[in-house]
Amino acid sequence: MGEVLRLALAIAAKDLRGELRTKTSLVSALAFAALVLVIFNFARDPTVLTAQLLAPSALWITCTFAAMTTLNRAFALEREHGAMDGLLLAPVPREALFLGKWLGNLGFVALVEAVAVPLFVLFFNVDLGPVLGGIVLLLALATAGFTAVGTIFAAMAVRTRFAELMLPLLLLPFMVPPLVGAAQVTSRLLAGRPLTESADWLRLLTVYDIVFVTIGLLAFGALLDE
Amino acid sequence: MTSSSLPSVSWPSAPSSTSDAGFDAGRATARRGFVLLALGVLAVAAVAALAILDTPVEARQGPAQKIFYMHVPAAWTAFVAYVLTGITGAMFLWLGDRRLDLFSEASAEVGVAFNAIVLTTGPIWAKPIWGTWWQWDARLTSTLFLFFLFVGYLSLRAALHDPLEKARYSAVVGILGMLLVPFIHLTVKLFRTIHPQPVVANPDGPTLPPEMLQTLLLGVGAYTLLYLGFVTVRYGVGRMREAREAGHGR
Repeated sequence: MGEVLRLALAIAAKDLRGELRTKTSLVSALAFAALVLVIFNFARDPTVLTAQLLAPSALWITCTFAAMTTLNRAFALEREHGAMDGLLLAPVPREALFLGKWLGNLGFVALVEAVAVPLFVLFFNVDLGPVLGGIVLLLALATAGFTAVGTIFAAMAVRTRFAELMLPLLLLPFMVPPLVGAAQVTSRLLAGRPLTESADWLRLLTVYDIVFVTIGLLAFGALLDE
Repeated sequence: MTSSSLPSVSWPSAPSSTSDAGFDAGRATARRGFVLLALGVLAVAAVAALAILDTPVEARQGPAQKIFYMHVPAAWTAFVAYVLTGITGAMFLWLGDRRLDLFSEASAEVGVAFNAIVLTTGPIWAKPIWGTWWQWDARLTSTLFLFFLFVGYLSLRAALHDPLEKARYSAVVGILGMLLVPFIHLTVKLFRTIHPQPVVANPDGPTLPPEMLQTLLLGVGAYTLLYLGFVTVRYGVGRMREAREAGHGR
C-alpha cells in the first residue's frame, strides 16, 4: 500500500509540475472561474435578488464547472503526446495510476479553488472569516468526490470523438450530490448557523467520497488494459 | 483495414462460418423476441382496457388516477432494465462474454424508452392532482437523473468505435450509475419530498384496494412481457450486427 501511494504521488507530482511549468491550462482555468463569478453577478435582477442570496450557488457552480472543464486535460495531454502508452507500460499498478491521476486533478482543482474563493469574497461581498474552516472542509469533501468520478470519466471521454461534450454529459448527474450538499451547507454557514447542524450533509459527502474513490481504484484497470 | 492487405495475418477461427452462425443465432433470437413483443403489446392493451372499464374509479383523484396502471409498471420495468444493465455490465467485466455486453446495451435502450414513458405520464397525472407538472421530489428527481445517466451511457457507446472499449467503458458507467442512484435519492430527500408514498411495497402491507392492486399487478406483468419482447429483439439485432461487423471489418 505504501508503494502504491508513493507511485501515485509521483504521478500526481509529475502532472502538477507540468501544469505549473506551462501554466497555460491553470491560467485559463482561473480566468474561466473568474468569468463565471462575474457573469453570475450580472445574470440576476439586483432589485429582487441580492448578491448574498445568490452567493452559495455562485460559489459552487463556479467551482464545479471550472473543475469539469479541466478534468479532460490530464488525459488529453497524455494522449496527445503518446505518453499514456509509456505510463501504461511502466510497472505501476492500476490503482496507483488512478490515485495519481486523481490526486493530480485534485491538486489542480484545489489551486483553482484557492484563487476562486478570494475572488468570490471580493465579488459577492460575503464575510467568510468566521466560517472559513467550514468552507475549506466542504471544498475538500465535495471536490474529492467529484474529481474521483471525473477522473474515471475523463479516462473514457478522451477516447471518444467529442470528449469536451462527453465528459460533462456523463459527469453532471454525478455532480448533483456534492453540489447540492455543498451549496446547502454553505448557505447555512453564511447564515451564521453552526456546522453541526449540517451533519447529515457532511456524512453524505463523506460516504460519496469513500464509495467513488473505492470504485475508481477497483474499476480503473478495466478502462486501461489493452 | 482488410486482412487481404496483410496476408501473413491469420485469424484463429474462419471468420465467415462463425460470423454466419452468430448472425443466424441472432436472427432466431430476434424472431422469438417478436413473438414475445406481440404478446406484450396485447397484454398492455388488455390491461389498459381493464383499467378503464373494470377497475373502480379512485374516490379523490377520479379518472386521472387511471394513468397509475401505466406509470407504475413502466417505472418498475425501467428500474429492472437498468439494474439488469448494471449487473450484466459488471458480469461482463468479470467473465468477458460479449453477449453480456450486448444484453446490457439492449436493456439500457429499452430502459430509456420506458423511462421516457414514466417521465411523460407522471406530469400528465401531476398537473390535475398536484396542480403542477413537475416537483423537485426525491422520486421524480432520481428518475430524471436515471434518464440522463442512461442517455449518457448510450451516447458514450455511440461515440466509441472499438467494441471491447465500448463494452468495458459502458460497464463501468452502468456500475457507477447504480451507485449514484441512492445518493441522488438521499440528496433530494434531505431537500424535501411530496411524491405519494408507495401503496404496494409498503412496510404495513399494500394499502391499495384489491381490485386496483390486481389491475396494477397485471400491468406490471404486461409491461415486463413488453420489456422482454423489446430486449430480446434488440439483443438479437445486436448479435446480428456484431456478426456482420466481424465478417466485414477485418
